Amino acid sequence: MSAILTIDDLTVDIGRPLVKGVSLELQPGRIQGLAGESGSGKTLTSLAVLGLLPRQARTGGSIRLGDTQILGMKRRELNRIRGHRVAMVFQDPSSALHPQLTVGHQLTDHMRTHLGLSRSAARDRAAEMLERVKVPAAAEALGRYPHQFSGGQRQRICIAIALACDPDVLLADEPTTALDVTVQAGILQLLRDLATERELAVLLVTHDLGVMSAVADDVAVMRDGRIVEATDRASLFSAPQHEYTRSLLAALPGSRLEEDGS
Amino acid sequence: MTDRIVLDARDLVVRYPGSPPVVAVDGVSLRIGAGETVALVGESGSGKSSVARAVAGIDRPAEGEVLFDSAPVSPLGIRRRARSLTAIQMVFQDPSTSLNPRRRVGDQVSDGIAAARARGLAASRPEEWFERVGLDTSWVSRFPHQFSGGQKQRVAIARALAARPHLLVADEPISALDASTQTSVAALMRDLVAELGAGMLFISHDLAVVRRIADRTLVMYGGRVMETGPTAEIWDSPRHPYTRSLLAAIPVPDGAGRIPVAPTADERASWTAIPPIEN
Repeated sequence: MSAILTIDDLTVDIGRPLVKGVSLELQPGRIQGLAGESGSGKTLTSLAVLGLLPRQARTGGSIRLGDTQILGMKRRELNRIRGHRVAMVFQDPSSALHPQLTVGHQLTDHMRTHLGLSRSAARDRAAEMLERVKVPAAAEALGRYPHQFSGGQRQRICIAIALACDPDVLLADEPTTALDVTVQAGILQLLRDLATERELAVLLVTHDLGVMSAVADDVAVMRDGRIVEATDRASLFSAPQHEYTRSLLAALPGSRLEEDGS
Repeated sequence: MTDRIVLDARDLVVRYPGSPPVVAVDGVSLRIGAGETVALVGESGSGKSSVARAVAGIDRPAEGEVLFDSAPVSPLGIRRRARSLTAIQMVFQDPSTSLNPRRRVGDQVSDGIAAARARGLAASRPEEWFERVGLDTSWVSRFPHQFSGGQKQRVAIARALAARPHLLVADEPISALDASTQTSVAALMRDLVAELGAGMLFISHDLAVVRRIADRTLVMYGGRVMETGPTAEIWDSPRHPYTRSLLAAIPVPDGAGRIPVAPTADERASWTAIPPIEN
């Protein structure tokens, strides 16, 4: 299978080098996990894909969407890709949504821009999207504001917004970290189903190795701006090669590695 | 662990105004002994934070009473709190909002030391507390923004402990930190609190961490305690269906690719009807 998004030897420098040569390939229908502690550069890597880095950031290497180089693209061109072919879901759904705009407004804006849909067509599709992500009473939900939903529902709305324009790539940065475990389970199942049925390539950034183990097909472990280990999920958890990966797994409460060691 | 009870909260009810009023806590009792760490777990909206606020005297409970060192806790008002009550200290979820951004961290830890001195305890230096929480002692003259999230939370812990509390109330103290720091900060809190002979109420929705540090655990749902018992027992053989669902929802890092099953609406509705279990 050919990659839809190819990150090749990416470097990001913000005053000092923070991402030091990261290479990753995202395949349609697969969830690529990116693990690591905060400060390891995993979030910067995902932000670089959409050109969301701070202005003073200097980048190197390449990021290709299909055959198109998107790293260093002009803002005008990038805007045609953002939210259309590459979409993003963030950690905190309450700050990702605009508090003063209705859910319907936030769900249709980019569809009208990117897909050129009429107001009513966009609204119909928005209701469909909300139904797909299992927000109850989808049609009425369009007229409501973000504060009228629970945290889990808000994250579902964010996912609906991200997927409204039928993107090829979804970047999900700690999408369940702000949620309760019981709510998290539903969101993980949703991500898995969407990846499969829409042939969506997902980059899942998370520090939670339980989440990683539940949904990622492949996992790359980052430390200090570099990928120290990248392999399929089963191998990573059963036979971690790099010392750092082993220490991450051993740090988990109740891990086998920990109990063997102590 | 001693048998001295530092916190004895009985039949707490917390209501918030509205029509109808929201009953956030519906008859919760808990006791914490000196040197003991008690965890309060549950989903958002289960009333954990409301219990914490009532216990620390930030909010006045609608019913029930809170005894701290055998004396009632008077809720915080505009006036300075009774000296004896500075032996209750809190650590909050977000250290970037609980620390004053415009004051040097050493000065903020000194506030805690002053509270201890006002109760007639020996003086100490901020550097000693920095060392205890694993921060470089030369950083006392820095400002909060010069620290990472985990380091800031260590400063907040140093400040709380410097007041030599008998009870530390920690409301989601680690959920703003990243995974590798979470466990170490939680373990640090447990160790320091035990060393000082204080009790700790540790609130978290992260059962994995609670399992590691708490002596006893209370599981809350819908404002009530569903199950209580020694942490290991609850973890190994949960008896209340809610506790079981909660534990089953934690994804296991075993590489098997299993997504935990989210509880159904019917299951949720059934939980409150099942009487609480005390182990």
